[in-house]
Amino acid sequence: MTLKDVKTRGLPNTAVIDAIVYKHNIHPGAMISILQEIQEVYGYVPQSAILRVAQDTQISAADIYGIVTFYAQFRLQPQGENLIKICHGTACHLNGAEKIADAVCKCVGAKEGETSLDGKFSVEKVACLGCCSLAPTIMINNETYARLTPENVSKVIKEFQKSESTVPVESLK
Amino acid sequence: MNMNETIDKYLVRVGMASCGIAAGARKVNDSLNVMLQNKGLPLVLKSTGCMGMCYNEPLVEVVPPAGERTLYKNITPEKMERIVREHIIAGSPVTEFAVPSAEWDSLMAKQKRIVLRNCGIIDPENIDDYIGSGGYEALKKVITQMTPESVINEVLKSGLRGRGGAGFSTGTKWGLARKAKGYPKYLVCNADEGDPGAFMNRNVLESDPHSVIEGIIIAGYAIGASIGYIYCRAEYPLALERLEVTLKKARERNYLGENILGKGFDFDIEIREGAGAFVCGEETALMMSIEGKRGMPRTRPPFPAEAGLWGQPTNINNVETYSVIPWIIRNGGDQYSFNGTEKSKGTRTFSLAGKIARSGLIEVALGTTIREIVLEMGGGTSTGLEFKAIQIGGPSGGVIPARLADTRIDYETIPATGAIMGSGGLITMDSSSCMVDVAKYFLNFTQDESCGKCTFCRIGTLRMLEILERITKGDGKIEDLGTLETLALSIKKNSLCGLGQSAPNPVLTTLRYFRDEYETHILEKRCPAKKCQALITYEIMPKKCIGCGLCARYCAVGAIAGNKKEPHVIDPKKCVRCGLCISTCKLGAITVY
Repeated sequence: MTLKDVKTRGLPNTAVIDAIVYKHNIHPGAMISILQEIQEVYGYVPQSAILRVAQDTQISAADIYGIVTFYAQFRLQPQGENLIKICHGTACHLNGAEKIADAVCKCVGAKEGETSLDGKFSVEKVACLGCCSLAPTIMINNETYARLTPENVSKVIKEFQKSESTVPVESLK
Repeated sequence: MNMNETIDKYLVRVGMASCGIAAGARKVNDSLNVMLQNKGLPLVLKSTGCMGMCYNEPLVEVVPPAGERTLYKNITPEKMERIVREHIIAGSPVTEFAVPSAEWDSLMAKQKRIVLRNCGIIDPENIDDYIGSGGYEALKKVITQMTPESVINEVLKSGLRGRGGAGFSTGTKWGLARKAKGYPKYLVCNADEGDPGAFMNRNVLESDPHSVIEGIIIAGYAIGASIGYIYCRAEYPLALERLEVTLKKARERNYLGENILGKGFDFDIEIREGAGAFVCGEETALMMSIEGKRGMPRTRPPFPAEAGLWGQPTNINNVETYSVIPWIIRNGGDQYSFNGTEKSKGTRTFSLAGKIARSGLIEVALGTTIREIVLEMGGGTSTGLEFKAIQIGGPSGGVIPARLADTRIDYETIPATGAIMGSGGLITMDSSSCMVDVAKYFLNFTQDESCGKCTFCRIGTLRMLEILERITKGDGKIEDLGTLETLALSIKKNSLCGLGQSAPNPVLTTLRYFRDEYETHILEKRCPAKKCQALITYEIMPKKCIGCGLCARYCAVGAIAGNKKEPHVIDPKKCVRCGLCISTCKLGAITVY
């Protein structure tokens, strides 16, 4: 939740929001796709974007807010440079997902659902990444890391901490 | 098996589904590409999907121009270099890296691969590879020779039942959608594989996406639909990426789009990315989500076949159901129904995970027993501990104890145990898995994912979860077990959709088969599996501890103390029972009781 983050991606811009909405022909069925695209651009769904989409589509901001809060994927706060998804699927749970989560959180200095103070990482808890056969697993920016232990996951995180890179290109598409 | 198209070259397949990539397959693939550029090696490199043996990932298969193929396991770029040098250049396989043939046989002997027919064999992003293995022949046959009714008849003859979990006859469902009045009609492919612990559909989408697309187009033709939606969860980025590529290529070849194969049939497919809501696996909620709304289920009837997407007739099947359709059309419904039991025809895939030695993806005829799957094919537990139970059907399913290992897995026998068939997730548990904890885990999941529409599901599951939390903390009362059962039955009876109706299943089945374990938690304040943190104590064995201090350094709460080179002690008041000390101690000097 850092300002730095908002700066690198730019503040919500009505022209960008309009372009996304009109690309979908203001079709009401496209609301989730519209919100997903907004989140891809900004890393979260800004309040001002919700208001603009409401204006464009004539769907009330309350309804859109209802959709945003219904689905786990949408965030109302900016995310860190790197998004860590910790899998809590059944296989990961049985193979020690809690310990992996503890190690990750300790390493980045943020709990699940939070962003680290330096803005480098956001940590999310997810239901299942579908990589159960190599449990426990986490995903960092669309890349899956498998067969983890508290020790080797700390190493992975430290590699990211060392790198000065901003958001990897693929997460912005 | 040998699909080597070049006569004098070695065919090298690298398994590049997301589990392979997570295990390091991309590095292996890249290293091969570099070697190919530099040396002009006599090999053809093919990136394939999932080979099914996830426990051995990354996997590389080497098929020589003549003779036996070799499957290599746990491959790194370094190992790959040696394989290239010794096997491909010098002609002698590196046996020490190979999967032993006995292991391969015990895993494959009882498999019948129809859904997985191309997985791990073809390059999923290469449409010619799919066509080369008979792909799109079924579509051609359907469009040029068959009426929609005869397609439905063939599917009826196969006895195929929906592989998403409910097991409704696919042919009957299509017939209803065909007869329903209204235009346009829609088709939906449910690829919202939300069950934690299940990854069958992901693997098919990543390894053989054309088979799913072909099945959807055939279904569209059969019911008279013009638009299909694939609703795929966002947690599967690689599957989504491959689906996009697949649709594009299918359109280029006119298997999709307007006037398909020049026969006047128009049909196209759109991908909808799920936004992370488990309840959207339920068909009415899924349709709400495609319509861009909150994914809240509604009452049925009307069923989707009459009034589905935007109130129009809609047919919904899951990934696996669609993917077998081309095979059924090509080989005939009779051939398909030849597999399986009297009422449960055909094959189905299972993802093996949890505490199983050979985790991965298998496909067997329905009616195969739990014993055959877990102990023979799966190789028993990964820990060497005793096999205790399986959990089948995800959060809606149940636990089946090891003593019922001879239970046949089909649509009649599994529900009789209190579990459900589900979509194919099969989690193995050993004696270190606590059944109360497992029940709590699943209930925590469904409680979190309840959409909140029905009171019993929204509040009932929360009350149940509170009780389970009490029990695992040592504050349970024996009356709690009765309360749990009453709540469970009320929730099942009074919930609108499958999520609520099945949410209590993990609790009910564990209570049925492992009641003693609940009682031990309540009466003796003890967790027999040593999993529930509040009921266990960590202790350092003075005789084994050499006082290296490693555990004390790792302990996050400073609960371990002691002088250098002298046995250390854990302060139970400070200890948070995270277990980190156990994993750091190289001497095994820390015990739990």
